[in-house]
Amino acid sequence: MTEEIIIAGFGGQGVLSMGKILAYSGAMQGKEVSWMPSYGPEMRGGTANVSVIISDERISSPIISQFDTAIILNQQSLDKFEHSVKPGGLLIYDPNGITKAPTRKDINVYKIAATEKSAEMGMAKVFNMMVLGGFLKIKPVVTEQYIEEGLKHSLPERHHKLIPTNLDAVAKGKELIEGVNVL
Amino acid sequence: MAKELKLMKGNEAIAEAAIRSGCDGYFGYPITPQSEVMEHLMAEMPWEKTGMVVLQAESEVASINMVYGGAATGKKVMTSSSSPGMSLMQEGITYLAGAELPCLLVNVMRGGPGLGTIQPSQADYFQTTKGGGHGDYQLYTLAPASVQEMYDFVFKAWDIAFKYRNPVMILSDGAIGQVMEKVYVGDYIPRWTDEEIAKNAPWAAFGKPATRDHNIVTSLELDSAKQEQNNHRFQAKYREMEKNDTLYEEIMCEDADYVFVAYGSCARIAHKAVQLARDKGIKAGLLRPITLFPFPTKPIKELAQRVKGMLSVEMSAGQMVEDVKLASEFKCPVEYFGRYGGIIPTPQEVVEALENKLIKG
Amino acid sequence: MFNEEIVKPENLVYKKTSVLTDAVMHYCPGCPHGTIHRIIAEVIDEMGIQDKAIGVAPVGCSVLAYNYFNVDFVEAAHGRAPALASAIQRLHPNQHTFTYQGDGDLASIGAGEVIHACNRGENVVIFFVNNAIYGMTGGQMAPTTLVGMKTATTPYGRRVDLNGWPLQITELVAQLPGTDFVTRQSASTPADVRKAKAAVRKAFENQAAKKGTQFIEFVSTCNSGWKMTPVAANEWMRKNMFPKYVPGDIKVDGEIVREYNPSDSKIVRDIEPVK
Repeated sequence: MTEEIIIAGFGGQGVLSMGKILAYSGAMQGKEVSWMPSYGPEMRGGTANVSVIISDERISSPIISQFDTAIILNQQSLDKFEHSVKPGGLLIYDPNGITKAPTRKDINVYKIAATEKSAEMGMAKVFNMMVLGGFLKIKPVVTEQYIEEGLKHSLPERHHKLIPTNLDAVAKGKELIEGVNVL
Repeated sequence: MAKELKLMKGNEAIAEAAIRSGCDGYFGYPITPQSEVMEHLMAEMPWEKTGMVVLQAESEVASINMVYGGAATGKKVMTSSSSPGMSLMQEGITYLAGAELPCLLVNVMRGGPGLGTIQPSQADYFQTTKGGGHGDYQLYTLAPASVQEMYDFVFKAWDIAFKYRNPVMILSDGAIGQVMEKVYVGDYIPRWTDEEIAKNAPWAAFGKPATRDHNIVTSLELDSAKQEQNNHRFQAKYREMEKNDTLYEEIMCEDADYVFVAYGSCARIAHKAVQLARDKGIKAGLLRPITLFPFPTKPIKELAQRVKGMLSVEMSAGQMVEDVKLASEFKCPVEYFGRYGGIIPTPQEVVEALENKLIKG
Repeated sequence: MFNEEIVKPENLVYKKTSVLTDAVMHYCPGCPHGTIHRIIAEVIDEMGIQDKAIGVAPVGCSVLAYNYFNVDFVEAAHGRAPALASAIQRLHPNQHTFTYQGDGDLASIGAGEVIHACNRGENVVIFFVNNAIYGMTGGQMAPTTLVGMKTATTPYGRRVDLNGWPLQITELVAQLPGTDFVTRQSASTPADVRKAKAAVRKAFENQAAKKGTQFIEFVSTCNSGWKMTPVAANEWMRKNMFPKYVPGDIKVDGEIVREYNPSDSKIVRDIEPVK
C-alpha cells in the first residue's frame, strides 16, 4: 500500500499540521512516511500545501506531482491540483469559499463542510482535524488508535490537553463527509 | 546503541545529529531554506546539555571564520547555509582546506544564480567539487538523499574530517532540508575532553603546554618550494580519499539496460522513475553517488561497459553529467536531463527524457 | 673575562622573554611592531599565561607574528581575526585569546567583524596597530590615513570629497556596550612603552576576570611607508597623529572616561607633508 496525498489551502488553515499529524500517525503504526511542505514567502498568508506519503515500502520520491488523494481547502488549490489527481483517485474539498466546484468525472469527489460546522460548534481551531476525519472515513490509511499517538507526538506537551477535542473533531468529520461523485 | 524513532525535517536532523555527535560549536547565519538548523539548535539549548556552543554570527563571512577559529583549536565545529551564503563563505573554505582543518559545512542548496530562488536546486555541484574558492583543494562531499542520511552523515563527517584533516561538506538541497521523514536517532556521544583533543589533534592551537613547541595554524607559506610540497601532501590526501572512502549506491542495476545517475533529492526522483520505467517494460536502474568528491568513477566505468546508456538527472543545467561522461570513458552514450532555477523534475519527466534522449534517439 | 662578567645573575638587567621566539623579525628597522610584540610577550610571561594564550594573526605586516610569539597561534583571513577569536574564546573560555591587527585589517576590511565582536562583548583582547597606512602592500591609503596625507593611492594627499574621513574606530568601539576597556597607547618613548605595557597587563587581567572586550590601539609609525627615518617618523607621529588619535584611556571598567565629540573628527589640521 502506498498513498500519496496533497493537502492544500490557505496558510493558517492548519494544512501543514494536518499533514504532520497524519504522517506521525502513520509512523507510529510502523509505516514509512514523508511530509514535504511548500515553503517560503507563499506561506505568509498565501497558499500552503504539503505532500504526505504513507507506504508499506521504502518511499522513493517524497516529491510527487500526481496524487492518490487531494484534500483541498480553497479555490486556488482546487484550480491548481484537481487535474493532478490520478484517475480513479480521491478529491475531498470543503465547499466554503468554493465558487467553481470540481468537474472531473473520472475521480471520486467528496465534500466536507468542515469550516461551517466547526465554526457552528465553536471548534474552529480543530477544523483541520474534522477534514482529516472525513478523509480517514473514505481511506482508512491509518487506524484510529494511531491518530491519538500521532497527536501526542506532533503536538507540544502543553497542548496535550486538547487531544480529546481533536479526536472529537475527527469523529465529527467522519459523520460530515458526503459523496458528490462516487465511482 | 538505543535507537529512538523521530519524525524530523532534514534541517532539524542535521542539528539534532550535531548535538548527539559531540559537536563543540555551531556558527551560522539565517538563510532560507536551512534556517531550521540554527532554530532547532537554539530551541534545544545544547550548551546546557552537552556544552556545545551555538552562535548566530553577523554574516556568513563571520560564520565561516568562526568555524576556522574553532577548528584551529581542534574542536568539532560546523556551519550551515544555503547557496548565496555558501558563496560568501568560499574564502574561508579555501583557508580551511589550506590550513588542513577538520570541520563540517552544510549547504542546503537553492536555485541561483544571484539571489535566485529559495526552492531546491543542485546547481552548486561545480562550486563544491571543482573549487569554489581559489587554489587546488577538495572538499570531501557527502550527498544525503534522505533525512536519515542527513542525520547519519554528520557522524560520518567528523570521522572523515579528522581522519584526513580536511573540511567535509554535506551537500543537500531545499527538498531534503524541508522534507520530514522517519529518523532513528542514537545516544549522545560526549564531546572530546581537552586530553582527547590533545591526543586526536596534536597540531591544534589550544594553548601551548610547556612540554611542546608552539603550534601554528596557517595556510600561508611564502616559500614556493615548500608550498608545492604542501600541495603534494594535499593531493596525496585526496587520492587516499578516492581509494578508501568513495561511497555510492546501486539500485536495480544488475539487469539494467539504462541507468540513471543522480544524487540527493534527484536520486529519490530517479528511484521513482526506475519503478515507472520498469512498469513500462524498460529495464532501468539507478546509480546514486553518495560522495560527490570522491566521485564513484569506477562503478560508473564498469556500468558503462554493459548498459545501453546513462542519464544524469540533476537540478542544474548539467554539471555532474561532465563527471559521468569522464567516468564512462564514452563506452556508452551519456545524456543529461534536468530542471533548474528551483524547479524539481517529476519522475514522469525523467522517464520521458530517458525515452526521448536514449531509447528513441 | 668581559662576557663572564655579564652573565653573572647579579648583573642581569634585561633578558628577552621566552614568550618571544629567537626567529629574526622581518619588520623594518625602526618599526614599532617589535616593541609592541615584546611588551605583549612580557606581560604573558609575567602573568604566567603562556599555556593559555592563543593568538590570532592578521593579514598585513604582522601576518607572520606567529613566528615571533612562542604561543599557539592561528593565522586569519584578512580582517576576520575577531570572528576567529570570538569562536576560540567561546570554545575555550578559560584561555586568553587575543588578536593582533593593523588598521587596514581591523578598520577597513574587518570593520564588520570587529564591531560585532565588540558589541557581543566577546571576552577577547584586541590589539590594534594604527600607522595610518597599508605597510605590507607598499604604502596605500588606510581608513585611518589623515586628511592631506600622501600615500601610494592618495599621491596628492587624502581628500575628504574623494576618500571620506579618517575612521576613528577606537572611539567608535568604545560606544558599544560590549567593550570593557578601550585605550589608545603608543610606543614612541620609553615612558609611553611603560604605559602601554601597563595597559596590556590590565587588558589580560580584565579578560581573566571575564569582563568583556579589551581593545588597545597603538598609534604607530611606518617609517618605510612614510619614507622617513625612524626618528623623523616618531616626531611626525607625535606632531600629526596624536592630535587626531589622542593617546590615553577612552573607556575603563565599562565606563567612558573621555567623551568623544563626532564633530572633532571633522577638524582638519594642517599636517606636515609626507614625501
